[in-house]
Amino acid sequence: MDRIAPWHQVNWDWRAAGNFIGGGSGTGLVILAAVATAQGVTYWPLGFLGTLLVGIGLFCVWLEIGRPWRALHVFFHPQTSWMTREAFVSAILLPVTVLAAVTASPYLPMPGVAVGAMWLAAILAAVYLFCQARILHGSKGIPAWRHPALMPVIMVTGLAEGCGFLLLGTAIFGGSALWALALLIGLVLGRWLSWRRYLSELTATGAPTKALAVLNGATPMINNVGHFGAAVFAVLAIIWVDAGPWLGALAGLLAIAGGWWMKFMVIARAAFNQGFALPMTPVRGVGEAGPGDKPGWSA
Amino acid sequence: MTRYVMVADLRRCVGCQTCTAACKHANATPPGVQWRQVLDMETGTYPQVQRTFVPVGCMHCADPPCETVCPSTATKIRPDGIVSIDYDLCIGCGYCAVACPYQARHIVHKRDLAYGNEAMAHEDQRHDEGRMSVAMKCNFCQDRIDTAKETGQTPGIDPEVTPACVNACLADALHFGDKDDPDSNVNQLLAENQTFRMHEDLGTDPGFYYIWDKK
Repeated sequence: MDRIAPWHQVNWDWRAAGNFIGGGSGTGLVILAAVATAQGVTYWPLGFLGTLLVGIGLFCVWLEIGRPWRALHVFFHPQTSWMTREAFVSAILLPVTVLAAVTASPYLPMPGVAVGAMWLAAILAAVYLFCQARILHGSKGIPAWRHPALMPVIMVTGLAEGCGFLLLGTAIFGGSALWALALLIGLVLGRWLSWRRYLSELTATGAPTKALAVLNGATPMINNVGHFGAAVFAVLAIIWVDAGPWLGALAGLLAIAGGWWMKFMVIARAAFNQGFALPMTPVRGVGEAGPGDKPGWSA
Repeated sequence: MTRYVMVADLRRCVGCQTCTAACKHANATPPGVQWRQVLDMETGTYPQVQRTFVPVGCMHCADPPCETVCPSTATKIRPDGIVSIDYDLCIGCGYCAVACPYQARHIVHKRDLAYGNEAMAHEDQRHDEGRMSVAMKCNFCQDRIDTAKETGQTPGIDPEVTPACVNACLADALHFGDKDDPDSNVNQLLAENQTFRMHEDLGTDPGFYYIWDKK
């Protein structure tokens, strides 16, 4: 039987999802950790954790590519490829974040260098996150990825997950978490809105029905855990000050879990391809052209 | 300028898959990988049902998403419009495969044999380790096209320099030629018939036209 209606692509699996999960959380953390230092939060463990997360994501990609020993060829096409641009940014981001973390640590304190490096790392992390969003947008063969409404989802969820890790960090290393709790509530609200917009626009413009079924099926879990659950525990952490850090950490964990689940479902489960379509059927001998068909599509 | 394109006459294609077999023979693709395939599409509902045979493969787009996203520059657009892959540059990241809206790209990570664990003689002879774990797809039999420059023959007219699928087509449904040459065979077909291109709304400017009626 020919494959005509969209079927699931076979080239990117959980390892690709791992890059977006690690890269999104890691860069979100690097951005927010720089902001958090002004609130008395200890930067260096968060900086190292952010680097580790981005590094794990990149390692996942390295595991996925068919010719891993040619990996340096990834730098050859900065003119148009967002994957190349992501690689270039990562080549600067990782050492700068490590430099910021090392110089902000008690082991090699250099406050002047640390402040400059952590803000440079935050800017690079934002660019890296944008590259990741553009990588999915450039995947023209996968309708659920190429939709422009997915880009803000990827950006906001990266920040929400980073904020989740920040709350875990404040629970362990100390520092004021009140502003981070408020920020987390804002970010999960933003993620909820952007996810809703993505789903409604994808449905309106048309997508493979199987992809929509996967995304709609995943939404209750994403909303209950990653949005509603995270927001409720964040509010409780603000109200119940004594247990605040640990309730905040729980809110952070839920925000992280929701974001990771969302990205795993989008990248590893909803990646149905374009399939084939006919705008009309041909005239055979006598008669007229018939109506076309786009099997497996919602619109 | 030259832009090689393919024209498939959907009124004539009978779905015999001879082009598929010819492509497989010419390019020694592994089991499960077909650079040229013919879809058997049923449309409508009983009793108004129609069956259409649709040859598909790489559309050799003028604005190919695979080339845009390729991080290694392995995928290139040649001056004659053919989208080619340099197997020595490709890292097998698969980004081109998810960027192609025509499902034309394949990556094979493990050598697969047609029958069991023992390779047939021709499978051993024609196995190319350089094509393992990298992207591959139809290249319009570019070696033949390149030969035309040396011999002075015309691709699409002279069989020696024409893609294998076009040569093999028994219904004269597949045609190949230079769209930038106003006197070419393909331009004559496009002038005389109504055509469409697959997923034209995606803006890739595909180089594969489907004839569905005369003008």
